[in-house]
This record gives sequence, structure tokens and C-alpha cells, in this order.
Amino acid sequence: MPEQPAPCPNVDITVDGAGWSVPAGSSIAAAFVARGHPGWRLTRRRAEPRGLGCGMGVCFDCLVTVNGTRGVRACLTDVREGDVITTERGSGFADLAI
Amino acid sequence: MPTWPSEPRGTPGRGPRHSDVAVIGAGPAGMSAAVAAAQAGCSVTVLDLGERPGGQYWRWGPASDGRFHHGWPAFRALRDSFGGHQAAGRIVHLAGHAVFHVDPPPAGEGPGVSSRFTVRAVAGERERGYAAVEASAVVVATGAYERQLPVPGWTLPGVMAAGAAQALLKGSAVVAGHRVVVAGTGPFLMPVAAGLAQAGARVAAVVEANQPLSYLRQPLDLARSWRKLPEAAGYLARLARHRVPVLCRHAVVAAHGDGRLRSVTVARLDPAWALVPGSQRTLDADVLAVGYGFIPQVELLGEAGAQLRRGQDGRTFAAEAGADQQTSVPGLFAAGETTGIGGADLSCLEGQVAGRAAARHCGHQVRPAGPAIIRRRAALRRFGALLDAVHPVPPGWTTWLTGDTIVCRCEEVTLARLLAAVDLGADDARSAKLVARPGMGWCQGRICGAAVAAIVAGHRRSGRPEGGDLDFAESVVSRPLAQPVPLEVLAEAAQERANRDMAGTPDHL
Repeated sequence: MPEQPAPCPNVDITVDGAGWSVPAGSSIAAAFVARGHPGWRLTRRRAEPRGLGCGMGVCFDCLVTVNGTRGVRACLTDVREGDVITTERGSGFADLAI
Repeated sequence: MPTWPSEPRGTPGRGPRHSDVAVIGAGPAGMSAAVAAAQAGCSVTVLDLGERPGGQYWRWGPASDGRFHHGWPAFRALRDSFGGHQAAGRIVHLAGHAVFHVDPPPAGEGPGVSSRFTVRAVAGERERGYAAVEASAVVVATGAYERQLPVPGWTLPGVMAAGAAQALLKGSAVVAGHRVVVAGTGPFLMPVAAGLAQAGARVAAVVEANQPLSYLRQPLDLARSWRKLPEAAGYLARLARHRVPVLCRHAVVAAHGDGRLRSVTVARLDPAWALVPGSQRTLDADVLAVGYGFIPQVELLGEAGAQLRRGQDGRTFAAEAGADQQTSVPGLFAAGETTGIGGADLSCLEGQVAGRAAARHCGHQVRPAGPAIIRRRAALRRFGALLDAVHPVPPGWTTWLTGDTIVCRCEEVTLARLLAAVDLGADDARSAKLVARPGMGWCQGRICGAAVAAIVAGHRRSGRPEGGDLDFAESVVSRPLAQPVPLEVLAEAAQERANRDMAGTPDHL
């Protein structure tokens, strides 16, 4: 018999200004995929969309900005209540104008 | 919502933690090593990239019930003893720590000269700080990542590592897509496909580039690995139940879409992996879960001075380890996939052996692993070698690419740009990187390194020996920083050292 999973409450996060309610304990990448967004970062040379690549913190394709910290690996990081997530375009450092 | 009681992030400037043993990685090998060393009486600090112990193989979250995991009861038992040692203060678990360097003890002995390793990490993926652990012995159990081959369209969202699709399921109970193609080579594709089908995805095909029937040519090794057969048969039965077609000697040679994956091209391969002309057909898919075996993650070991050996095809490396899992650096141990790909059972055994040996290195009285463990380890290693032999990656795949195929995802380097650089004479790693930039981005060549090495070797001007001063595959595992390190973390590390110098603490750096 499989054990019963703990009931998962949802947490409220903000993604590019929109309110999302997602299961606590899911990764940020899983939240994007579950809501039908397989790609969320735009690359710096070709502005092409990228999403989940390796899923384990090696490829750095899934980077997002979380509460102001840039380059956070969405595949490794669980959502937390109140997270403000912004998707990254280019290097994620466009505001530095370098 | 923390679901595992990990240590909170340290305060800046507090100085390094001290423990007998530092374990890097909390997958099957790392957890086993930590528990074995703690049982032997050591204080153990475990540094791991993940939020919870278990690694990728036993990745889990609050929603996990074991349905999509293999060996879940074994994991729960291991997790219980790991947690017990944590509660007793023998294991400190540092979650979300990206170790970027392991300093071996400095040469020489005498008063004021430390005989301890220093493990340096970026602490916290969300709010980054610096963490250091000093330990008399270090077990590196950093596992492996999936090998990818660049094909046209492989950067489209929806194309992901087979393990990534499985991690969504195991960790977050999220099904990667509606219509999935699972492709690549190796036995790992079977549980990934079976799990996705079981979770409700339509698995359009499992596409295996090799011919697994070649197992039958090695009956002796197969007989020795009989314990694995029911597992494989179980996955095949599940795939049959969900009517999932399994195509052997086929590959996904291109992915198509408009900002996201819509379909893939599947083609038949000859034994050298060249396309069989006219065999291409299109399958609709919103997810391609793909992996061509695994690459041991050995950068920390190589940089700390441990001897590495080349894998069969010369494009990947694994750590050399002795009977007690010790590397060529005394006190530095390697366990699990870092010593060569062999699976979770072997990783647990190697972890146990390494944990005990690390405790002995620290002066604790503990008997080395018994003959039964050593025999079982040998059998599992033979099985790993057998899998390696029947799931090779011959270089014929390079003919699937077109000039505008992205080879290096991070720096968006196309095949045409790479080949132009090689034609200019940039046919060693350093020149190729300087001219065309493959392997110079975020992932530091982990994803494209083996592929670029194969492409460069196949295209280099005749008469030039392969390798030069440093070949591309080697450049991936030879790097002083194994993880991206923010400047503020380097500054914190420097500040900490300055504080210790001011306080008169002997510093071996």
C-alpha cells in the first residue's frame, strides 16, 4: 500500500505581476509547467524561450528572479508563500545596462 | 513550507563549521555515507543542492507517496536513520548549498599546519551567502547528470531531460505534458516512460537508439545481474499495459515547434547511428523527455587533485577509487555515480563503504565493510559496465545536425559557428572556446561538453592529433569553481579569511 501523501495546502505567489495559487512544496519550475507555461526565460542573444532543461540544477536554463535575487534555478527552488517571481529576459541584468 | 528540518543558513562572518566528515551530496550515496559515518561516531556535515535529502533518484516533496519512486521503502528507512542522526546532532544537513570548491589539506606537517579539508559553498539558492566546512575527511557523492545530444530544435520549451520529467512527477506531482515522447538510450528511459504513463500522460513512444537485445550476447553478466530482471520486466509490462510502443535503433533526430514543442521527427538508425534514409516520420508531442545515459559529476574531485579516468568513449570522466572508496588524495572519498554509473543500489553500498572508511580515517574504531558488501559491490559494478557496453553513444549522431542547430545552449553557438572556428584552426578546447564560445556560459560546458568534443574531433583537420594541450571534455571537469559564485559570496569568503587572520587564527590558505 502506498502511504497517503500529506494534504498540500496552496501558497499564493506573484509571477510577473499575476497572482498564482500553487501547491506548497512544488518547485517553481513545476508551478510554471503545471499552469501550461513550458518556457519562461528569454535568451540573451536570440531572445528565444527556454524552460526546464536538466531539472536538477546543472543547465541553468530555467533561471528566474525570486524576490529580487536573480538567476535562481527554478528546478531546485520550492515556491514559498508570498514569493514575487519575475521571468528573466536576456542576461537577467538588463537594468544594469552592461 | 519546510518539510525537512535542515540547518538554517549561517550568519556571515561566523567562520567555518567543523566536523569529522563532510559529505557533499545527499542522494543515495551521500545519505548512506553520512549515516555510516555517524553510526561510527563521527560528526558529519552534509552539504546538498536540494531542499530535501534524497537526491534526484529519491527526489520527493510533501505530495510524494512513493507511487513514482523505486525503492521507496528503502528510502524511507534511510531517511529515518538520517533524520535520527540529525535529531541527535550527529548529522548537520545543509540544504540548498552549492559546493564550489574543496581545498585539500596543505602540504607539509607541523604546528599551525591544518590537516583538514575546507569545503566551500554558496549557501542558499534564494539568498546567497558563503558557507565553509572544515573536515578531516570528505566524501564526494555528487552523482551524475544526463547526457544530452544537440539536435535541431532541442532548445524548445517542452524538450527536457528524462530525469527532469521524472523529477516533476516525483517531487511536485506534476505531469510534464499531455503527449510525451521518451527518447535516448539506456534503461532509465523505461521507468521514466512507465511513470509518465501511470500518471496519465499519453506516452506516444519510447525511442531507444541502441539495440537492448544485445544484452543477450553477454549471458554471463546478465545471469549475475538477475536481481535487476524483475524490475525491467515490471516496467515493460507497465508500458505494454498502457500500449506504449518501444522503438529500438531509432532516435528523435529533430524537434519542432513555435516557441514550444509541437512534434518530433523520429528516424531509424544504422549501428553507427547514421540516419536510415527515408525512415523519418513525425510524432506529435508537447514533451520530449530525453537522455543518452549519465555523466559523472566529478569537477570537485578533479580540482581537489583526485585521479580521474576516462569513460569508454573518452568524452566523460569518473573518479578512481580504491577498495575503501578512497581517491588518490588521502582522506578524500568518492561514492556513487562519481566513480562510474552503476545505479542507486551500488551508490548506497559505495556510500556505506566510504562512510565507514572516512570514519576510520578520522581515527574512529570501525571495521571495514565485510566481504558480502564487497562481493555485491563488484556484481553491481559489472552490471553497470554491461549497461555501458550495450548503450554506447557512437558519433553518428553528429550527422543529424544542420548548420543552424544550436550546439551550446548557454552561449547559443550554432554548429556552423563551431565548425567555422575549427576550420580556422581552433581545434583544441581553449581556442574553440575563445573563437566560438561553446562551453563558456552558465553550465560551463556540462551540457554540451561531450557533444562539442565529439564534433570537434570529427571535424578537425586531418593530421592533427586529438587533444592538443587540453581537450574539450577534459576542460569541462577541470575548473577551479564548480558552481557559479556571486561576487558578494567571494567577498564574504575573503572577509571571513581576513577576520581570521586578524584574530591570529592559523590559516593554511
